[in-house]
Amino acid sequence: MIRALLIGLMLVLLQVTSAMAGKVRLAVTSSFHNSGLSDHLIPHIEADLEIDIQLIVVGTGQAIKLGENGDVDAILVHSKPDEEEFVKTGFAKHRREIMFNEYVIVGPSSDPAQIASAKNLLDTFHKLSKAKVNFVSRGDFSGTHKKEIEIWRKIIFDPKDIGSRYISVGSSMGKAINIAVAFDAYILSDKATWLNHKNKGNLAIQFEGDQLLHNQYSFLPINKKRHSHVESKLVEKIEEWLTSEKAKNLINSYIIENTRVFTFNAN
Amino acid sequence: MNEILQGLIQAFWLVLSFDSELITISLRSLYVTVTALVISALIAFPLAAFLVVTRFTFRRAIVVTLNALMGLPPVVVGLIVYILFSRSGPLGVLGLLYTTSAMIIAQVIIITPLITSIAHQSMQELWSDYRNLLISINISKMQRVGTLMWDSKRALITACLAGFGRGIGEVGAIMIVGGNIDNATRVLTTAISLETSRGDFALALALGFVLISLAMSVSFATHWFGKTERGDLR
Repeated sequence: MIRALLIGLMLVLLQVTSAMAGKVRLAVTSSFHNSGLSDHLIPHIEADLEIDIQLIVVGTGQAIKLGENGDVDAILVHSKPDEEEFVKTGFAKHRREIMFNEYVIVGPSSDPAQIASAKNLLDTFHKLSKAKVNFVSRGDFSGTHKKEIEIWRKIIFDPKDIGSRYISVGSSMGKAINIAVAFDAYILSDKATWLNHKNKGNLAIQFEGDQLLHNQYSFLPINKKRHSHVESKLVEKIEEWLTSEKAKNLINSYIIENTRVFTFNAN
Repeated sequence: MNEILQGLIQAFWLVLSFDSELITISLRSLYVTVTALVISALIAFPLAAFLVVTRFTFRRAIVVTLNALMGLPPVVVGLIVYILFSRSGPLGVLGLLYTTSAMIIAQVIIITPLITSIAHQSMQELWSDYRNLLISINISKMQRVGTLMWDSKRALITACLAGFGRGIGEVGAIMIVGGNIDNATRVLTTAISLETSRGDFALALALGFVLISLAMSVSFATHWFGKTERGDLR
């Protein structure tokens, strides 16, 4: 009985997994996936190039680690200093900018820290450091977390000084937002993930539109010289596709709640 | 509270509409855990019986270790299996990372100590009844192992169900070694984790209810085929 069941199951799975020929693994940042953009783009790439794309959704820090170990063929991430380091150490052939969106600061709709009236981003973080409000940090060395650290550094403030109201959660963007909703806290999020998130609770965007909140996404193919098994040719095709006119139209036409969230800027 | 109701309703519709993605994910969950369970049982039951009928120096140490490993943290197992099967790891050439095979390997490591310990415990009790008889009729060690396994089959089924429960609900290890890849390694638990991170609690709960019903059906089916819990008290 059990054997018959097993054989049946294996047949089903074999059919599912062997349906397509070329297979490429991409480690992508969680915001690319949580925002829904991956569901919007990947089926087009798979159909146009006849490639089976397997997405491993992780934070930028982990994506880079997977790339270093050769467990994926390319990475799509958003932390420029780390990306440049990754190219310099020879793990990636090059770094290709694809698109950008922006970070926003989400907080309780009553805005107890009154950041909506802040002059600029640094002023916002000054206010957050002084007001007695909760702040949720990703705390996972993702691109978003690194951006947050960068801003705290700019105002020369150690967020640990906030004490127990600084909540470092070590989770993906979506899970961190869930926690911010529960604590009625402020949080730095990329705009696309926030808009696509279903559990918004009492929170709303309180501050956006500063130059420092620019969020660039780049594509980095893993160097064949480091890991001979990577699918360099297929990855090249994907890179070509991601920088094509079709990608431009699809990325720029991705709308959540009447807002265009990603802007194509590959050259 | 409202979300639990929504989750129930959505689960109901998902199952009723034979959602093809849901069926694939559920079958994959079953495939991974049942395969891991079969492999674990093949290792665990003979091992448990062997530990009962023989006496050697490190026997107690092995039993105590196996008991302790029942609480093996899945996320640590996942990390170790990842490091072993990563392209930069010792078994990287096999290319097994991010496949269902890697997930099965991780679950075998998690399940085996658990079912070995349960099986060992029940066979130990049986052995104290059978010992003199089996030795007096002078049958070989292999035959003793066989007799013990056959006569404690009810307990072994319970051990399997415990192992199945641990495997089917596990997320820490298979998330790391499977990668939760759509159409390749996504199973019910990793899908629930994904929907939670998208804030879609209703869908996450719906998948959770499907998982619970799946586990219950397996238990019912086992008892049905095993003809246990029926008839008079014996």
